[in-house]
Amino acid sequence: MLDKFFKGAATAAAFSLATALPAGAVDLQFYFPVAVGGGAANTIEALSNAYMEANPDVKIDPVYSGSYQDTITKVITAARGGNAPQLAVALSVDMFTLLDDDLILPFDDFLETDADMAWVNGFYPAFMENSQVDGKTYGIPFQRSTPVLYWNKEAFKEAGLDPETPPATWDEMVEMGKALTKTDASGNTTQWGVRIPTSGFPYWLFQGLVIENGGTLANAEGTETYFDSAPVIEAAQYLVDLSTKHKVMEPGILDWGATPKDFFEGRSAMVWTTTGNLTNMRNNAPFDFGVAMLPANMQRGAPTGGGNFYLFKGTSDEQLAAAVDFIKWITAPEQAAKWTMATGYVAPRPATWETQTMKDYAAGFPQVLTARDQLEHAKAELSTHENQRVTQILNDALAAAITGQKPVETALKEAQAKADAVLKAYR
Amino acid sequence: MKRREWVWGWALILPALTFIFLFTHFPAVMTVINSFWSTPRGRRPARFVGLENYERLINDPTFWKVLTNNLWYALGTIPLSIGLALLMAVFVNRPFRGRALARMSFFTPTVLPLIAVANIWLFFYTPGFGLIDQILGVFGVGATNLLGQGGTALPAIMAVAIWKEAGFFMIFYLAALQAIPPQLSEAARIEGAGRWTIFRRITFPLLMPTTLFVSINAVINAFRLVDHIFILTGGGPDNASSLLLFYIYETSFRYWDTSFGATLTVVLLGLLCLLAIGQFFLFDRKVHYK
Repeated sequence: MLDKFFKGAATAAAFSLATALPAGAVDLQFYFPVAVGGGAANTIEALSNAYMEANPDVKIDPVYSGSYQDTITKVITAARGGNAPQLAVALSVDMFTLLDDDLILPFDDFLETDADMAWVNGFYPAFMENSQVDGKTYGIPFQRSTPVLYWNKEAFKEAGLDPETPPATWDEMVEMGKALTKTDASGNTTQWGVRIPTSGFPYWLFQGLVIENGGTLANAEGTETYFDSAPVIEAAQYLVDLSTKHKVMEPGILDWGATPKDFFEGRSAMVWTTTGNLTNMRNNAPFDFGVAMLPANMQRGAPTGGGNFYLFKGTSDEQLAAAVDFIKWITAPEQAAKWTMATGYVAPRPATWETQTMKDYAAGFPQVLTARDQLEHAKAELSTHENQRVTQILNDALAAAITGQKPVETALKEAQAKADAVLKAYR
Repeated sequence: MKRREWVWGWALILPALTFIFLFTHFPAVMTVINSFWSTPRGRRPARFVGLENYERLINDPTFWKVLTNNLWYALGTIPLSIGLALLMAVFVNRPFRGRALARMSFFTPTVLPLIAVANIWLFFYTPGFGLIDQILGVFGVGATNLLGQGGTALPAIMAVAIWKEAGFFMIFYLAALQAIPPQLSEAARIEGAGRWTIFRRITFPLLMPTTLFVSINAVINAFRLVDHIFILTGGGPDNASSLLLFYIYETSFRYWDTSFGATLTVVLLGLLCLLAIGQFFLFDRKVHYK
């Protein structure tokens, strides 16, 4: 009797174990941030579910982890507590930070066949600049963006400008900006020509100006910055002059988050913001708008931005292999196309743009192509060791210059000295 | 028998003590210890650096900037929110039509989470189409950019804190006002005292214990509540609206410089200890308890 009971219990236990863990099941935890409005989180969930249906032996647990900033904080905290996720999407520029903390693994260990090599070489080179160091690949581009110029065609028409021609150069942007800036009877400005938002992370859009002016902010190794070089100082002066000298941009720090709304309300006729806002603009702008590449000075230029997939240490080879397989799947053309249409992020592989889905979408909404076409002029986003601190030094200097607390040159010279002090340890 | 009571006493207090040591005293001691070590990074473990972190602190202009900001913030928010709380409490203590509505609307900011409050104010402050600019627009004043200018960012943050805190302190004053026996002011009126004299010589002294309690809370909050900064300015422009605790968060969890974060925390702990001691020993003497 008792014997039978034990047998029964053992069978029940074995059964429940078997249902909980199908043979060879692999669990993956996947942290992802959402930095734009809309249904980005739902799209990630839907894609994960689709993958699990096709691969029943893999269980993916996608965890929405807040903003990029929250995500990196959560990932580092979890990893330090010995509980790292297997994979996460985090800012591409945090690569050095994650490497310095010894938290991530290169993808190279999992790339064996020629097909694998073809896959990793199939991303836009501009996106790989922030993803590789010392000949190894640490990040796989996923939700990547680049800033573009949105312009209000109706406002252009009203100001007597050609609504189909956006500014192509810095000087044109100032000239058109002057035509577009409107003041009312009591001298208050009701519509500004241009808006380059400067709150939070002004370094990003500013980097666009720097590249256009032929400069660079940092070297590829992330050990040197060039904040006080002539092209950088000139670019900062141009940004400040937009408000103070040319009076085509609202003075002070301009909020990043309020920028689309400011554009919809007709307070700024041209705005610089991420292509990740494209679907938002399409759904909410009450007027016809265009999307252009950022204007050139010495050359065209823009930084890349956004998040990469990272692989974390502290998990089994089996899990890591499954994670790599998932990343390969989600960056494949059909899946990437869904992701791009849901958000406006730039599909990171040329192959995606060759799919019928994407071709049809672009035919009805050609604005989506601007960001892709701009990629050939794009450079890696500012990324150094202790990235958050170094970029904050530049952010503070830009804010001081924009609000007139310090002359441009002084602010950037001080910033360079501070960055040198931080980066000394890594040279 | 006596001995056993002693054991019982400790046994009863033990759960509370465990938590207080685990979550308050132990971290505080660890913070002080960490401030003498370097930040461990990846394969480089922490090493003992003595007072190096403190040296860096003294030479860090951002630290002095946020400390100065915090002092202005305290000086600006504490007296104003307490004064406003007292004024509102006296106002809603008298019977009048719509008193319940007035009490409720004064208290509402307290019920809202600070993050939600900050989001509301973010809309108020938005240049051009925010509430403040819409109202100013009626009078022909152009767009303002209060959060985006070095000179106005900190006062704008302070206004949010005052708006949030005053209602909370009002509740304490209201309770205290209702505990004051009405005979006192009646007697004073018979003696020919005016309303101002009654307030100054009777009501206000009797409210002193509440004022002490409220002011300690206000001081602590001036150093403890930074949630709204995340939403409104992120400490900018150029640290113009950054406070000490916000800087501690940035240093520890954004730059991951945990040992320098610990050093900053030691300063904050020391500062709060000093303020608490000062308030209890100096201010307490002037307080009239019944």
